Amino acid sequence: MTPLDWIIEPLSYDFMTRALVTTVIAAVVCALLSCWLVLIGWSLMGDAVSHAVLPGVVIAYILGVPFALGALVFGVAAVGLIGLVRGTSRVKEDAAIGIVFTTLFALGLVLISVTPSHTDLNHIIFGNILGVSRADLVQVAVLASAAFTVLVLTRRDLTLYAFDPTHAHAIGLSPRVLGALLLGVLALTAVVALQVVGVVLVVAMLIIPGATAYLLTDRFGRMLVIAPVLSSLCSVLGIYISYWADASPGGLVVVTQGCAFALVYLLGPKHGLLGQGSRARRHRRGAVRLPADQAGSVET
Amino acid sequence: MTAAIEVDGVTVRYGEALALDDVSLEVPTGAVTGLIGMNGSGKSTLFKAITGMIRPESGRILLDGASPARARRRGAVGYVPQSEAVDWSFPVCVRDVVMMGRFGRQGPTRRVRACDRLAVDDALEQVELTAYAERQIGQLSGGQKKRAFVARAIAQDARIMLLDEPFAGVDKRSEATIVELLRALADDGRTVLVSTHDLHALPQLADQAVLLLQKVLFHGKVDEALAPERLALAFGLDVLGRDGVA
Repeated sequence: MTPLDWIIEPLSYDFMTRALVTTVIAAVVCALLSCWLVLIGWSLMGDAVSHAVLPGVVIAYILGVPFALGALVFGVAAVGLIGLVRGTSRVKEDAAIGIVFTTLFALGLVLISVTPSHTDLNHIIFGNILGVSRADLVQVAVLASAAFTVLVLTRRDLTLYAFDPTHAHAIGLSPRVLGALLLGVLALTAVVALQVVGVVLVVAMLIIPGATAYLLTDRFGRMLVIAPVLSSLCSVLGIYISYWADASPGGLVVVTQGCAFALVYLLGPKHGLLGQGSRARRHRRGAVRLPADQAGSVET
Repeated sequence: MTAAIEVDGVTVRYGEALALDDVSLEVPTGAVTGLIGMNGSGKSTLFKAITGMIRPESGRILLDGASPARARRRGAVGYVPQSEAVDWSFPVCVRDVVMMGRFGRQGPTRRVRACDRLAVDDALEQVELTAYAERQIGQLSGGQKKRAFVARAIAQDARIMLLDEPFAGVDKRSEATIVELLRALADDGRTVLVSTHDLHALPQLADQAVLLLQKVLFHGKVDEALAPERLALAFGLDVLGRDGVA
């Protein structure tokens, strides 16, 4: 068996091609969003919203409406409840997030346990990437394109919001609206990603790619390219490994991304542990190499 | 001199704590005004009220004769944040930050036009950061960091510039550079309001000084504001022996 066969053979199954396409779509949009989430410090919020959509998805299944609708309603409700608990009691934000999302997630579990269904609703929790139907794929593609378009069109405002909301406000933008927009996209993206890795692991796809890209560059524009590319590669690799090792695809997608992060964390040229060491050495050696005109104006 | 910032009877309360108590103030156009007070005196709160980040319990604020919301939409308000309020490891370079000053004047997707590039280059030149334009903002000295944000306000063409503690963490030489820069902006007809608890730079920097401790204790000439008995009041060392902690 040649290495090419390793790549080609799985593609002879329709379910595998659908799995790969779905995974790449989800990886791209999650990775894009993750760039803002890690910089704002909303990782926990990502975790919360992605778990809190569960009852919404189950209710949507019961009512026969699109999953995204239920997810959006519960995603927004979760954010609202977190704000309410934090703002009107002495409970701090992390505790408020913990209370709201676990309760909603638990409500989802209860609803699943009492809902008779043809499909296994547990797939929502752990993902069912190999069982993605044509209709699922279409839904993922539509939601992902919507999220992708919003993120790309508003990327500069979102970056400003993440960097300096006070300035955003001072020039007449609404930080509140931008924050709400980002959370809305987060709820949509959670629905996309839970097809692949399930509710439990969605947060990994929403944090790891952005964090990895952040260690690789000092330019936000580059993060927005590095994160999706890296995340797609890792996800495809994860799916292939799962095929040949006959192991959990959702699990392997996340493990691969985690491994990529670990590699960058250790070996990254800019902000990796080893890279930092060699840069410090270079810095000591090369301090005198500044151009004369710049060296003159260097401030202490 | 006409007033660029009119604060009229503004009161702000955080829960029980009174942050600003019936503050009235007129900040003149084309001048540098120093806002002096200790930590917790209400300087930051007054800034937030002026930018509209918080809504006062009572009172009214006008910027160039318009409501703060209108002034913001016109791009009239430039804000230079305190160092502690900035994430210095954020992956943006100096040019990116200065370009953010143009957002209010660009289309909905903030696509960069030739005139934006020109304005940014010009602002970078004014603050003498052209050689540092591509640096990540955390890799600047304290004074350069401040100047980068001043450049943002210049690129924005803000008529009113608010600077929150611009001299904190800045060495003497950079301090002089910033003072010179702010003077030039005021001479150019812009209104500069600087909050500080650092009094060294004040005589060279400001045309007027305001002493704040929840209320306006004094508003007038800088050397008069720096009179020991006035400063003692503003910084809570009450020479008359009243309970100075407001």
